[in-house]
Amino acid sequence: MTIEPMVDSNEPPVLALSGVCKRFPGMTVLQGVGFTLRRGEVTALIGENGAGKSTLVKILTGIYGLDEGEICVGGQSVHFASARAAWAAGITAIHQEPVMFDELSVAENVFMGHMSVTGAGLVDWRGMQDRTNEILHLLEAGFSATTPLKLLGVAEKHLVEIARALSHDSRVVIMDEPTAALSTREVDDLIRIVGRLKAQGRAILFISHKFEEIFRIADRWVCLRDGRQVGSGAIADVTSADLVKLMVGRSIGNVFPTRETAVGEPTLQVDGLSNATEFADLSFVLHKGEILGLYGLVGSGRSEALQALFGLSRPTRGVIRIDGKVVAIHSPADAIAAGLAYVPEDRQTQGAVLAFSIVENVTLASLRRHSSGAFLMRDRETATARSVAERFAVKARNLDQALGDLSGGNQQKVVIGKWIATNPRILILDEPTKGIDIGSKAAVHAFMAELTAAGVAIILISSELPEVMGMSDSILVMHEGRVVRRLTRAEATPELIVTAAAGTLESNVA
Amino acid sequence: MSQFSSSPESGAVHAGAATRLRGLLLRWETALVLLLAAAIAVNSVISPYFLDIYNLSDATTNFSEQAIVALPMTLLILVGEIDLSVAAIIAVVSLAIGVCSDQGMAPYGLMLVGLAVGALCGAFNGALVAGLRLPSIVVTIGTMSLFRGIAQVALGDQAITNYAPEFQSFGQGYVVSWPPVPNSFALFLGLALVFGVVLHRTRYGRALYAIGNNAVAARFSGLNVARTRFVLFVMSGLLCGLASVLLTARIGSTRPNIATGWELSIVTMVVLGGVSFEGGKGTIPGVVLAIFILGTITWGLSLVNFAGIEISVVIGAILIVTIAAPLVLKRLARRFASGSS
Repeated sequence: MTIEPMVDSNEPPVLALSGVCKRFPGMTVLQGVGFTLRRGEVTALIGENGAGKSTLVKILTGIYGLDEGEICVGGQSVHFASARAAWAAGITAIHQEPVMFDELSVAENVFMGHMSVTGAGLVDWRGMQDRTNEILHLLEAGFSATTPLKLLGVAEKHLVEIARALSHDSRVVIMDEPTAALSTREVDDLIRIVGRLKAQGRAILFISHKFEEIFRIADRWVCLRDGRQVGSGAIADVTSADLVKLMVGRSIGNVFPTRETAVGEPTLQVDGLSNATEFADLSFVLHKGEILGLYGLVGSGRSEALQALFGLSRPTRGVIRIDGKVVAIHSPADAIAAGLAYVPEDRQTQGAVLAFSIVENVTLASLRRHSSGAFLMRDRETATARSVAERFAVKARNLDQALGDLSGGNQQKVVIGKWIATNPRILILDEPTKGIDIGSKAAVHAFMAELTAAGVAIILISSELPEVMGMSDSILVMHEGRVVRRLTRAEATPELIVTAAAGTLESNVA
Repeated sequence: MSQFSSSPESGAVHAGAATRLRGLLLRWETALVLLLAAAIAVNSVISPYFLDIYNLSDATTNFSEQAIVALPMTLLILVGEIDLSVAAIIAVVSLAIGVCSDQGMAPYGLMLVGLAVGALCGAFNGALVAGLRLPSIVVTIGTMSLFRGIAQVALGDQAITNYAPEFQSFGQGYVVSWPPVPNSFALFLGLALVFGVVLHRTRYGRALYAIGNNAVAARFSGLNVARTRFVLFVMSGLLCGLASVLLTARIGSTRPNIATGWELSIVTMVVLGGVSFEGGKGTIPGVVLAIFILGTITWGLSLVNFAGIEISVVIGAILIVTIAAPLVLKRLARRFASGSS
């Protein structure tokens, strides 16, 4: 599968990586990554969520340093000490969700951080506006340098990001899922612009989950899986099936606990759960002791739907039954009372109170149970926290340690512990192992198996294919707010899931 | 099996962050105790009248009404909100009491009217903040003008002064004659105890700290954040009602400029007490100490004939020094530590 790049000139590549490694405490996120970008070529970087694509982008833009390996720009070895050093070397990234200044004009956004000044030391507004307008003209933008950014839509903001890259005269432009939030027509426009950048001789690294785009736009591809480069070559030589196989092809199963799938009676039935924009017609039945996997790309409406189920937002339609009885859930408190628990995706902002101690975090969702009347019973709280800490092997100096001082994995164990302390019958886990170390991951998976054996039903939202496939009894795949595929554990193959989630398969099996 | 360390040795050597945090708070309150002791010492040196028990008792009436409102303000700032309309609510309540008094309502009726009108004003703030999710600083700046404006329009340049002596005795009387404890001070002490117990011992208090530290996580944990905010604003209004009853009865009149500028004195008490505007940090004992410090300094300065404006200069300076000193010291300590390592 690995095809050596064709050397089409003697000119050194614009960007060359070799043997790039990056480690975080407890895990290696990139290992042995090496490829080259050439003038006027679009290289697609593909890989599942968690494969290491974002880490690689952060290394190329100077946000992370690298632990091993070399980056050469124009044949010269470079070391980026900061994001500024990366720009200066001619590398800019356009992010999935642009970080910009809504209250400022387009020109100010484009030149933010490198404003031109006049001889008198004042900001050279005229010069910046002229230059911005030139770039915008090139990009066929329908707005001008003086337009306030807040008036622009997502696609137009992407153009501003591209203009920013061009204002640096970047030789390498990295686009991190630029089409994730765009409509089909906007995608067409973007692809035309990419073609124009290519014609100007810039090298483009294009990150996308959508094969259709990759095949329209890219000349070459590089595939990452679990932080390793598993292949690279010319787009002309592969099919999308080849790429899917490379992305997901691995042995799944041996790293996950084996569970006796003795699925019991239905406990949660959801019918036609919808809201105005994010999800529609979500229906499923969850049984005691079952793990239901929910797979979908970012923006597929998975989290939004289950947050509505948990009472965090109001669905416009839908009936929820627990043990056959219709329940009205208007708030998280109602959901907790009905036996639901929801471990949110964003641990730092939604799951944990970082300034609180382990004890205070563990009992936060079950304060009533840890009180006598209105008064908190400290002994009871400590006992619960101790049992959680022991059950999950939380690494901490003592139970009064602030959660913010613990590692991500240990924080997550405490957050899950908080929900276990409510004795849930139905546990919703939203990306429970995102960004945590392998040891903590295994502990979470083992704990899921233990809970289902005790009859708890689990909904597992995950973007990690091996996790979904390894843990779930059945899998729902969501795309643009709808369930597009329902699979049992036996039917599920990585290829089926990935193609359904990417929306390439339009057959609605829901 | 467990990697959770429970060995006493490691626990003792590395105090947990929460323990350290508690240590820090303790030090803040220790600093306040020292400041209070210094203020008392200076006062008793500069004026022979300061330690006189009747003088001290008198002094408490000057801050007790504000101090009562500082208690709900502590909880509001703790959850990341603020109520700047408190002085204006006091004015509107005083107006309502005055109107009812003119109609011949009995003293206890006037008290109930005061509490009810205060709570209503608080509910109005609360509905705007919790219901419509508007920022409390904007809402209460608005209602500050609104409530004060109502009082000014209704009163014009008039004052209501014909309060019954039985009503006035409520604001001027004592709970016990020896030691002389004024009604307002006794009410403040009682309420401070209740607020302290609720904040530091009950699950409602824990919920307030959780909301102040991370309102999103608190909501995701099943706490009713909006209702809590609403209740706190009602509480603030209710105690403004009580403060207004006490103040109106004590001075025996309702004027449009009653309690002008009190919102800032009250916020000063809370901030000096160590409650952080970032939310989630602060204690009732800290605020009570701060109230005593401010009361002592104000009283001492007025004994040696400082004018009101001069006193506010001193208080402003003390506030800035007290808030800045720990930060500056911490920064210096850090620089020293990094320089020597």
